Amino acid sequence: MTKKREIDDVTGVETTGHEWDGIKELNKPLPRWWLLTFYASIIWSVGYWIVYPAWPLANDYTRGIWGYSQRATVAAEVKAGIDAQAAMRQKLDQTPLADVRKDPELLRFASAAGSASFQTNCAPCHGRGAQGFTGYPNLNDDDWIWGGTVEEIHKTLLHGIRTGDDQARAIQMPKFGVDKLLDDAKINDVAEYTMSLAGKASDATAAGRGAAVYKEQCALCHGDDGKGKIDQGAPNLTDAIWLYGGTKEQVVESIRTGRGGMMPAWGPRLDSTTLKSLAVYVHSLGGGK
Amino acid sequence: MTTVLDKRHGTDATQVAGDVVVHDVEAVNKAERRPLYAARPKVHPKLASGTFRTLKWLVMAITLAVYYGLPWLRWYRGPDLPDQAVLLDMANNRYFFFFLEIWPQEFYYITGLLVLGALALFLATAVAGRVWCGYSCPQTVWTDLMVTVERFWQGDRNARIRLDKEPWRPSKIFKKVMTHLSWLFIGLVTGGALVFYFRDAPTLAVELVTGTAPAIAYLFLGIFAFSTYLLGGIAREQVCIYMCPWPRIQGAMTDRYTLLVSYKPERGEPRGPARKGKDGIVDWTTRGDCIDCKACVAVCPTGIDIRDGSQLECIQCALCIDACNEIMEKIGRPKGLIDYDTVAKQEAKSKGEHEPHKFVRARTLLYAGVMALVGAVMLVVWFNRTTLEINVLRDRNPPFVRLSDGGVRNGYTVKILNKLHEPHVYTLRPDGIPGATMRILGLEDQAEPKINVATDALREIRVLVTVPAASLSALSGTSHDFSIVVRDADTGSEKRRATSFQSGGGNTP
Repeated sequence: MTKKREIDDVTGVETTGHEWDGIKELNKPLPRWWLLTFYASIIWSVGYWIVYPAWPLANDYTRGIWGYSQRATVAAEVKAGIDAQAAMRQKLDQTPLADVRKDPELLRFASAAGSASFQTNCAPCHGRGAQGFTGYPNLNDDDWIWGGTVEEIHKTLLHGIRTGDDQARAIQMPKFGVDKLLDDAKINDVAEYTMSLAGKASDATAAGRGAAVYKEQCALCHGDDGKGKIDQGAPNLTDAIWLYGGTKEQVVESIRTGRGGMMPAWGPRLDSTTLKSLAVYVHSLGGGK
Repeated sequence: MTTVLDKRHGTDATQVAGDVVVHDVEAVNKAERRPLYAARPKVHPKLASGTFRTLKWLVMAITLAVYYGLPWLRWYRGPDLPDQAVLLDMANNRYFFFFLEIWPQEFYYITGLLVLGALALFLATAVAGRVWCGYSCPQTVWTDLMVTVERFWQGDRNARIRLDKEPWRPSKIFKKVMTHLSWLFIGLVTGGALVFYFRDAPTLAVELVTGTAPAIAYLFLGIFAFSTYLLGGIAREQVCIYMCPWPRIQGAMTDRYTLLVSYKPERGEPRGPARKGKDGIVDWTTRGDCIDCKACVAVCPTGIDIRDGSQLECIQCALCIDACNEIMEKIGRPKGLIDYDTVAKQEAKSKGEHEPHKFVRARTLLYAGVMALVGAVMLVVWFNRTTLEINVLRDRNPPFVRLSDGGVRNGYTVKILNKLHEPHVYTLRPDGIPGATMRILGLEDQAEPKINVATDALREIRVLVTVPAASLSALSGTSHDFSIVVRDADTGSEKRRATSFQSGGGNTP
């Protein structure tokens, strides 16, 4: 079917023969290099279909003979990253916790690894700077309810606090008010005595009455001098740090309800190297004993 | 005799004077035919000889020797540092230039050098036009080298033109293949020399040959080998004419007093073949000195005609001066029909006046002045360069920590930069904060902690500053300014950095 070529008079260019309202379309083909590139891309795409994942199927997709997947690539990169740390991780595994800080390089590695893990796992409760919130201890300071040596911190991390784990920090302060162990007047007196222990303004008479109640009910755990006992998880009542607040009302509330926060056990969730580096990191924040 | 006798044309070749014959050549950018797009007419530069050709050989020898040889030059800096005189150590972020060593944050020295380089280029251009383009630009030097190689395998201009017109037969294939192989070899060596600037040259040379060099070295070697082959061997003058921005900029850099390679029309015109009169002597009084032999066009590496005036394509290589001088000597006319000249001088001459050469003028004084200023600033900065630096970053979260005894503690990250070429021991102390104690993490067992910083390295340490409850009242407000001082235990030199201590004003964070 040969058609006669029609040449447009004005431009001298061949027309395509298409005509709309008397206007004819000039035949201006794409540049040859462009077309060749276009065809080459089509041929290239066939190869792409074969080697790479390409076509969606009902429940799957064509995998391609190279078996490429982005997830596998990421997994390989993560593994490569961990493998690159193998020597340091092994060294950390073999070094006793207390000795980690004696090796500057190891301390730096463990602190960095611990910091990263802290941001992911611990920051939601303790804050990004480990500064804590009311009820969630500040890990930077030197006041440790359950002990501030690196080993004690590690133990707390492993088993948590009041988790039901048989090695967890489990001791719970009695709910003196809620369980009606003390009446409101006595709770008030003990609170006044507690304020006096911390050197805060208090009603001397009430505090005097509270001293007897304290000796009877509180001294066993918090100590006769009120300095607390780490093995009981009983906080120091004489210092400047108050986990649940140091006003009279907050102290009354603490005695009434017994407080007692809960921290998850991380032993079952994180690997031993990470737990170790977390302990080193928390210890290195400045308050570690 | 280097005069070209274009034998292909036989009788067409016109004798213009004595044994001087017209070159069969035309400027590639002749004003009459400048289409918007034109395929590149191949330029076959003829070998010139004379003062400027000699100068160009010399510049080529020096620049190539520096480029290929510099990475092999050694410079002892101490046992723990590389001994390569010029080394851009990307992996360790150190840049060595003989006695200079630059850390990444001191990259402004390089900026200063580049500014100086640019100003030097401006000054040179204001004084003598595109001397950079004509003599020392890598594109010019490598193109010159590639053409020399081409000439070695294929012969000079006429032989090359003939060869191009020949059908493909074994001798032509051999010559062409050998030319391209030589170009590729030069490219490889060029790329090879480049990577030596980034890694210890003797080590890398062995690695490159044994195939154990980093992949990036091979990549850059390949890129530079290919671009040298492409730009120097194939593209040549097209780079200068179409790719390089400098020809466009230089128009603003030259003025009436700039020395430019120029044809002197007042002496050369009217041009034409020198015909002898009846007495057998050319009458030079009625005509110009230009015998239109086109020797100047034949030697031009960008294939232009200098007699068309100053133009963008002219890289001012001065080879046409050599070519013309040779002809002038042959026909017994004074040299310098094409010469370094200024517009001002030419104008004066055409009016019969004499204009002395002006090197010193506002433009050159300004460039020289700015260069002196930038140079002076760089020198001052360099001589005040410290070999010990300290950076202090105060903890932002938490801003302060209240301790159980009522004292307050702030945490700081301190970075000590030892730029000396040997390990040093440093001590830290707080200054201007009464009652404060300082603790360095990991060094608590030392009474006066000694901080070892390795050669040419940075050490980051955590520092805790504690102010006991009793001293808090002595601080100025909730934010107390003080300094952390680092002292070089060996030399006693000190460096301080101001920071602040947040006491929280009795608030619990």
